[in-house]
Amino acid sequence: MNEVIEGIIQAVQLIVSLDEEVLEITARSLLISLSATLIGSAIAIPIGGFIHFKEFGGKRGLVTIIQALYALPTVLAGLLVFLLLSRSGPFGFLRLMFTPTGMVIGQIVLIIPLMIGMTLIALSGVSRTKQDTVISLGASETQTVITIVKEARFAILGGVILGFGRAISEVGAAMMIGGNIRGYTRVLTTAIALETSMGNLSLSIALGLILLAIATVVTGILFLVQER
Amino acid sequence: MIEFEHVVMNFGEKEVLKDASFTIQKGEIFTFIGPSGSGKTTILRLIDMLERPTRGSISIDGTIVSSLKDRDRIPLRRKMSMVFQKPSPLRGTVYDNVAIGLIFRNISHDEIKARVPEALELVGLKGYEDRKAGTLSGGEMQRVAIARAISTKPDILLLDEPTANLDPVSTEKIENLIFSLKERFGITVVLSTHDMVQGQRLADRIAVIIDGRIGQIGTSKEIFYHPMNRAVANMVGVENIFEGIIAKNEEGLASIDVDGTSIIATTAFPPGTPVVLYMRPEDITFHVRDGVKSSARNEFTGMITKVLPMGPNARLKVDAGITLTAVITQRSYEELDLALGKETKLAFKASAIHVVERKPSKSV
Repeated sequence: MNEVIEGIIQAVQLIVSLDEEVLEITARSLLISLSATLIGSAIAIPIGGFIHFKEFGGKRGLVTIIQALYALPTVLAGLLVFLLLSRSGPFGFLRLMFTPTGMVIGQIVLIIPLMIGMTLIALSGVSRTKQDTVISLGASETQTVITIVKEARFAILGGVILGFGRAISEVGAAMMIGGNIRGYTRVLTTAIALETSMGNLSLSIALGLILLAIATVVTGILFLVQER
Repeated sequence: MIEFEHVVMNFGEKEVLKDASFTIQKGEIFTFIGPSGSGKTTILRLIDMLERPTRGSISIDGTIVSSLKDRDRIPLRRKMSMVFQKPSPLRGTVYDNVAIGLIFRNISHDEIKARVPEALELVGLKGYEDRKAGTLSGGEMQRVAIARAISTKPDILLLDEPTANLDPVSTEKIENLIFSLKERFGITVVLSTHDMVQGQRLADRIAVIIDGRIGQIGTSKEIFYHPMNRAVANMVGVENIFEGIIAKNEEGLASIDVDGTSIIATTAFPPGTPVVLYMRPEDITFHVRDGVKSSARNEFTGMITKVLPMGPNARLKVDAGITLTAVITQRSYEELDLALGKETKLAFKASAIHVVERKPSKSV
């Protein structure tokens, strides 16, 4: 128990003294997960919009698959990207294994189903009357899509924030694709896993507190967005 | 001109519009009257091309729109505006809401700035521009929706129960606005309502729609005083409906036998013709004193069997051999000292009765 209390005290000291390693790992985590969220949003929102506004065969089946992938295990996402990016894989020539870019790709694969699903839910929340109103006011197809997406923007943003939360808190894909290389691909979650196994509890707790703080801020923003 | 030819509309298994054929002339106020779920909204949605008919054809100004591709519908739809029964606000201010149809039409910023306040003033919401649309009451939002629709200066205005959420003062304002839009700009207005009186007040022509089928199309006088059948008569408040046979006819003045009671009505049908008689309850007059001469050809004495107060009026059922339903003002009811169970004299003119030949198994 003493070890834990001691660890917490040391962790607070590391944070307050702006320890270089702690800051560097935190900054990298944020950069990788924000990049994944941004790129993932740019892909997921239009796909969600397409699925919502277009009628095509197998639409219901596709939506069911997307919903099932919300719970895609992070190690499976990691394995999939590993197979694609490894030297013998189809994209091995890009040499993205054990790089931050590879980690971004891994997180994108992980969060895209969730963000598409959240976009679909957000757009479905816009009433039929509202959509009919927009169409009857003379909107073109593009104008209709833009207006309805704008109407659902806070709900869509909620999905984006959820995606970010999932990205920054995952450890499986980050470990498998990034390799947890110190000063290069080490992020909050992989660092916590490693330092804990090495018995360096103070650093683990410090990084854990930061991760918890980020998760709290994300949840707070999500709450505020949903209040709109 | 809007033309429906044998239009059928199915939603799944349910046929919500049955073989509808009608023409709406340019510049007229055309009203669909019918109970909830009768298909009025579906017709407006078909005109606005929000739905495609299952069968039949719809043309607007000579263009058959029912088979147009989505993209080709947009220029035609931009000549129309529709106000939904329950309009929902879009995010943003009242200004944003009214301006959006103009933005879709690429109208210049300066013109939008001029047109939005103008439209708001017309619906009595001057100065509401900066209000959040989501904070408006149902009635205010209804008026914003009307402002949004008229700001685009449409050729055809589609109004689905436009005054359903409004108080009487606002209703009168909107009705006056509809009149002035027709008078000043020659806009064609297609309106749906379940309010008979509104239909009568506003419409150049009325279509009565019951259970997806158009029962009758005509002027308000034709619809309200000369219903074609029992369903239309019931719908428009003609409560005295009797079946009888023409007993004799002398130069258009017929004596009709209704279950042993003789009723005089103007009709050309020859003796022996089975007929249905329709008469509005407002056409029956009461007089209690003997010796008061009435010009009406039908005079009866009967007992009041039911009294139903209706605001300033009262609805009375009188057993006079046949059961007659009459509407009388509360003031007259009191002045004539009428009461439940009391005997009274009542009268109605031969011309107040609309006589239709009765055909076997005729339905709407």
